[in-house]
Amino acid sequence: MIELRDVHKAFGPKEVLRGIDLSIGKGRSMVIIGGSGTGKSVCLKCVLGLIEPDRGIITVDGQDVTRLRQGSSERDAFLARFGMLFQGGALFDSLPVWQNVAFRLLRGSLKRPWTEAREIAIEKLRRVGLSPDVADLYPAELSGGMQKRVSLARAIAAEPEIIFFDEPTTGLDPIMSGVINDLIREIVVEMGATAMTITHDMTSVRAIADEVAMLHRGKIRWTGPVTEMDASGDPYLTQFITGSPNGPIETLR
Amino acid sequence: MSLLAAVGRAVLALLAAIGRTALFGIETVSHLFRPPWYPREFGHALLQIGYFSLPVVGLTTIFTGGALALQIYAGGARFSAEAVVPQIVAIGMVRELGPVLVGLMIAARVTSSIAAEIATMKVTEQIDALVTLSTHPMKYLTLPRVLAATLVMPLLVAVGDVIGIFGGYVVGVNRLGFNASTYLRNTIDFLEPLDIVSSMTKGAVFGFLAALMGCYYGMQSARGAQGVGSATKTAVVAASVLILAANFILTELFFAA
Ligand SMILES: Nc1ncnc2c1ncn2[C@@H]1O[C@H](COP(=O)(O)OP(=O)(O)O)[C@@H](O)[C@H]1O
Ligand SMILES: [Mg+2]
Repeated sequence: MIELRDVHKAFGPKEVLRGIDLSIGKGRSMVIIGGSGTGKSVCLKCVLGLIEPDRGIITVDGQDVTRLRQGSSERDAFLARFGMLFQGGALFDSLPVWQNVAFRLLRGSLKRPWTEAREIAIEKLRRVGLSPDVADLYPAELSGGMQKRVSLARAIAAEPEIIFFDEPTTGLDPIMSGVINDLIREIVVEMGATAMTITHDMTSVRAIADEVAMLHRGKIRWTGPVTEMDASGDPYLTQFITGSPNGPIETLR
Repeated sequence: MSLLAAVGRAVLALLAAIGRTALFGIETVSHLFRPPWYPREFGHALLQIGYFSLPVVGLTTIFTGGALALQIYAGGARFSAEAVVPQIVAIGMVRELGPVLVGLMIAARVTSSIAAEIATMKVTEQIDALVTLSTHPMKYLTLPRVLAATLVMPLLVAVGDVIGIFGGYVVGVNRLGFNASTYLRNTIDFLEPLDIVSSMTKGAVFGFLAALMGCYYGMQSARGAQGVGSATKTAVVAASVLILAANFILTELFFAA
């Protein structure tokens, strides 16, 4: 169970989050939508403690996230439960693909023998639709979409309980997007993981979400089950779903 | 009045920067005593900072040693003290030029690459990714580089000293007509253990500062390509200035009568 209560975050004069209230039940898949630059990524990073909110409370299973000191063993244990796919992939370009995927399995508390870690990495690569040949390549040798999938494989490699996906299908072709959507659904259903996904892609939303939250102007504009999304009656949400230029969300031209 | 305020602000900012870097240095050292450690990263840093810097160190010091011999000969000739070339080349290289030149070359070569690499990692969220993978960036990135630079720099400086003296020797013997074995004997007889200890101590301090500045400004990098560029520039400038300042202080400590 992840809960955000009245979370605020400003960068200098720019108020990005202005009181986010959101809760995600255990084993549920929450999708966050909203225009670009509305603070969706910042929101996920606050939960992970990568960005410190100015105000508000974030708890994971009742534990206050903002109280965990960096480098403390409680924080390590906390982070060990998470997998995160970063928007830009954030692969380590000094390491070959398989060592990126198996990063957690090569060091620290989850350390496995070298060959076993490699096998797991190759298996995870297969799950995201990549052949074993890419295992020994370096991230810079891959296309953007392939990097994204490697990053996805890294996020799920240690079978985390809670997974965050920041725009998992952006930059992928429609077929590969479908594969990734199915995979995310599968992870939530089979592994019982709690997922929080950011996406702009309405096909993905319908494929992945149990619940949807829409972020607009630093607040949660609408949240509810995906089945109620189309009949929400909220003009902002409706405009976002239909992608219409006419509506309350101002578009700068 | 506004000038005074501006100067005051600049001084305060400088003090704050010194404080932050000092804290960063202390934190880095503290990780030396707290596991986990990353030996693979350390080995990689040793190779990058030490081994691959050898050509640059050799080229810099050999030319400087040669030039030094020519200058001392020319200067010494004015009061018929040409014979002192081997001794002054040795002392000049070992006490000052060896450590300072190698230090500055390392600031150019190592500080810049560390700063650019870490800053790029920062702006592409690789540092965030490290944290989410339960790996402390200070332990994984900073400590291996700083430790490697601190340990390997004394050796680089020693190599630089020897090559610099060799540069002086080549010029002395071939251009200035010194007897080869006399030149060598004068050099060896004249150098004292303290000269060598001071040289290598300076090396260790400069290595520490060079790597630390690279890591610190890399980690501080602002977003975007411009952030990486400016982090790199600031790191190299800070490392160079600190190396020269530390050199003065160490010379004072070792040799002030
Ligand atoms: N570390 C940071 N420093 C300054 N501004 C930031 C930082 N991270 C995000 N921002 C700003 O916060 C806003 C929201 O960013 P983000 O969460 O990445 O948007 P998105 O909803 O597209 O994921 C953007 O305007 C961005 O410029
Ligand atoms: Mg984003």
